[in-house]
Amino acid sequence: MNTLQQIRFVWKPIIFLICLLPAVLVVGDAFGITGGLGANPIEAILDRFGNWALRFIMIALAVTPLRRMTGWNWLSRFRRMLGLFTFFYAFMHFVTWFVLDREMRVDDIIEDLTERPFITLGFIAVLLLTAMAVTSVTAIRRRMGRNWQKLHYAAYAVGFLGVWHYWWQVKKDVAEPALYAAILTVLLGARVVNHWRNKKPGRHRPSR
Amino acid sequence: MRKKSNLIRPSEITSESNYLNRRDFIRAGAIAGGSLIAPSALSAIVPDSRLATLPGVSKSAYSTDEAPNSFEDISTYNNFYEFGLRKEDPVVNAEDFKPRPWTIEISGHAEKTGTFDFDDFMQPFDLEERIYRMRCVEAWSMVIPWVGISLADVVKHFQPTSKAQYVAFETLNDRAQMPGLRGRSLDWPYREGLTIAEATNPLPILAVGIYGKVIPNQNGAPIRLVVPWKYGFKGIKSIVKIHFSSTRPKTSWNMAAPNEYGFYANVNPGVNHPRWSQARERRIGGSIFASKQETLMFNGYGDEVAHLYKDLNLRRNF
Repeated sequence: MNTLQQIRFVWKPIIFLICLLPAVLVVGDAFGITGGLGANPIEAILDRFGNWALRFIMIALAVTPLRRMTGWNWLSRFRRMLGLFTFFYAFMHFVTWFVLDREMRVDDIIEDLTERPFITLGFIAVLLLTAMAVTSVTAIRRRMGRNWQKLHYAAYAVGFLGVWHYWWQVKKDVAEPALYAAILTVLLGARVVNHWRNKKPGRHRPSR
Repeated sequence: MRKKSNLIRPSEITSESNYLNRRDFIRAGAIAGGSLIAPSALSAIVPDSRLATLPGVSKSAYSTDEAPNSFEDISTYNNFYEFGLRKEDPVVNAEDFKPRPWTIEISGHAEKTGTFDFDDFMQPFDLEERIYRMRCVEAWSMVIPWVGISLADVVKHFQPTSKAQYVAFETLNDRAQMPGLRGRSLDWPYREGLTIAEATNPLPILAVGIYGKVIPNQNGAPIRLVVPWKYGFKGIKSIVKIHFSSTRPKTSWNMAAPNEYGFYANVNPGVNHPRWSQARERRIGGSIFASKQETLMFNGYGDEVAHLYKDLNLRRNF
């Protein structure tokens, strides 16, 4: 097996299963097999999926700076999977809200989307992730050409919207949203630094 | 909603506190008169060991007949920021909290003031079980079988003067015992308050127990306020100070976010929190697929308290 095959047939399935684990644990906890969800299970499910969506967007956004720092170019092979897991957890968070929390009441949902800015922010993030997930298929990516990259810059907006959504939602405990904000600042800051360095004359532009 | 109880003992009927407390019944003819002669035969004895059974607890006509939440739900899903910000924190972080020895300072515009040992403070009053709905501002609710003493009795006992327009409460502010105080999530100590009319309404209690046993630390041991028609954050825990004030006291959540949490904080399905709807609530303990239920004006206690607010704009004074 060459390196590419090893990534495809060994490492990708392993990383896939690891990424799926938080969702498996939510289901296990909901049925009382792996633990419990406490007194307010719907709130717990919402929080768990939402938190994992934030963690995955951070992990996905860490791939490029980490690759540049370490020169481990194989890291980018996992970027799509990590992005799709971000979508998966954000979508599960959305579905939990839509079905279990709002009970599919259209009036309530419209009221939430229009009158509660933090929900509007979260909803926009889910829409952007959906567009990115749909266009992640290789054939579509090829057909989109340069527009694909433009659309997928929305990953930065998703990180920003996700943190903002979390920050506005909490009652008083901004410690966690602040931590995500700090991580996001580092991850986006690394890109700004990289961009600025590449602009300097006389330096060789590293391959993307 | 109110259950007419036949379980009132003669000793209670003749006590002053209960006479005052049960004026509604007298008016309704449920009790054919009361007397102010004999002092109470019962005094509120609260054992100082954890979860000990409280003696001499009488039932109350103010109890709901809705099914109470499990002791586990009530004692593991708590908002008590002095012991951490997450619901599951207080049960862990309040484990070593010492609710004794405990003193309560009574101050301000009242005839009787001073600092009282907890047992002395409790002694004049009678323990009652009050099963109340509890509606949190976060749109969830529980039914909790509290054991406590009538706040109206307590207020009257200390004889507030005509200058006393408000009753202010403060929680213990002890960094050594309360790890949450190191964070600046709120401006400590936690503070709450009621108007004197609210405080002398028969519904509010100072709770010292749950399910007939000494109240767990994470629920506000040794003594906490319960005001069933208001959002849960009005129910200040682990009280060390009660002050009779001529001016409206500052209250913690109102200080933290005045546009989100008012002084009154009456349960009101018609006035939404800026970030979520208050129209419906999730009753804790139901299945994942259980529907939310409609939130009731004044949490369903309108018969007892609506008259307190008849001249007040409840949208502005949320």
